[in-house]
Amino acid sequence: MAKRVGMEVSLAIGEAATLADVDVVAAYPITPQTHIVEHLAELVANGDLDASYIPVESEHSAMSACLGAAAVGARTFTATAGQGLELMHEVLFVASSMQLPVVMTVANRALSAPLSVWGDHSDVMAARDTGWIQIFTENGQEVFDNVLCAFRIGEDRRVLLPVMVHLDGFHLSHMIEPILIEEKEKVDKFLPKNDYPLPLDPDKPVSMGTFAPPVIYSEAKKAQEVNLAASKDVVVECWEEFYKMFGRRYQPVESYRTEDAGVLLMTMGSYSETAMAAIDKLRDAGQSVGLVRLRLWRPFPTKELRRAVKNAETIIVFDRALSLGGQAGPVCSEVRSTLYGEAQKPKVVNIIGGLGGRDVTVAGFEEIVRKGVAMAEKGSDQEFEIYGVRE
Amino acid sequence: MAAKKETDVTWKDLEIGSIVVEPGSAEQYATGGWRSQRPVYDNSKCNKCGLCFIYCPEGCIRPQEDGYYKPDLFYCKGCGICAEECPKDVITMVEEEE
Repeated sequence: MAKRVGMEVSLAIGEAATLADVDVVAAYPITPQTHIVEHLAELVANGDLDASYIPVESEHSAMSACLGAAAVGARTFTATAGQGLELMHEVLFVASSMQLPVVMTVANRALSAPLSVWGDHSDVMAARDTGWIQIFTENGQEVFDNVLCAFRIGEDRRVLLPVMVHLDGFHLSHMIEPILIEEKEKVDKFLPKNDYPLPLDPDKPVSMGTFAPPVIYSEAKKAQEVNLAASKDVVVECWEEFYKMFGRRYQPVESYRTEDAGVLLMTMGSYSETAMAAIDKLRDAGQSVGLVRLRLWRPFPTKELRRAVKNAETIIVFDRALSLGGQAGPVCSEVRSTLYGEAQKPKVVNIIGGLGGRDVTVAGFEEIVRKGVAMAEKGSDQEFEIYGVRE
Repeated sequence: MAAKKETDVTWKDLEIGSIVVEPGSAEQYATGGWRSQRPVYDNSKCNKCGLCFIYCPEGCIRPQEDGYYKPDLFYCKGCGICAEECPKDVITMVEEEE
């Protein structure tokens, strides 16, 4: 029987990785992700998880060790956050380009300077184009579920890609929530053993990450892009299988009370639940407002997003990161570009907030909707506004 | 993939992750194309010490049956280390266009 327990979300990630029978964990602790790898170290040390735990000297080494482990066909897991993700940066590309299905939870954190250990999406956005499948979660159960899904998606023979599962630092990583820990037999049925098709094997030698002169590099990148884009169907298929088995449904773009809504608020990550409460209040007050949440960040769900917003007049995109020197927040830029070619385009305004762990409350999201509507009505030479910043 | 000329290989021909499944395929790569100078031996000065063979970073200088040494220009990148290390000045680096 699945058991429902009150548990810190970081620890639930360790439980999910244990249920998935990971073979190798190579990790370096960094706030706000530390409890994840601490718990995994404890599980291995206590004999509850039969895995090799490699304590490394940096995140660069953590990801390097992970891709080595994945290359021999081991089920491989790690976790990081903020600066740690940035230190891994070059190796992230290597993992995805060599098609090694590492699974990593990222407890999203702001980047220095000034030093902030608190949450926002600056770290993710800097790793946006690294070729990983990237999934956003809104609560502890979603993190637990999507860690299991991440292994199944990444190791699928039609995919073979690394997967990041994003959870907001502190707002999710450090929360104690009721979490349904699924039973082992069911997880085993859902998640087949990892069977990497071309592992490093002295009896059947292969070369990975070889030198590619100009005559072949473009072909390698085209193959990578086609593969990542095609992985969306497998992601959706996996979530449907998960729904059939466990009763919780995930979709690339999820809508909340969007029926007949002229105004749509758009969020990604744990603030979506706060935003839902704000939508409830606004709907109760008679306003035609709905919420659209992006769950799949890469590959970007272009078709699904167009469908989800096709009747809206105004979209207010809430970003948790700046694209410094750019036109808007990273999510908003992608939304605008997704809709640019549409015959009927909604107005897309951008409010950036929740930077470096700044709280945005239910009342805050109500205010963001009011502000967004006003920005759309009056038109503005300003591409975005930073919510709550003191002038 | 090995059967095709490299200019005919499409993205669909590549293995997952561009993994190379044929062992030792680097042998087919003509690193000699990088060369701007080539080593020319004057064996009349050579004492067959083999230092050029030992120092060559490409591993492309091989002893011949007569005991003298010869670079394989398919791989020689023209770095000139052999000419620098040769104690008898046997080797001269000559511009490729000459």
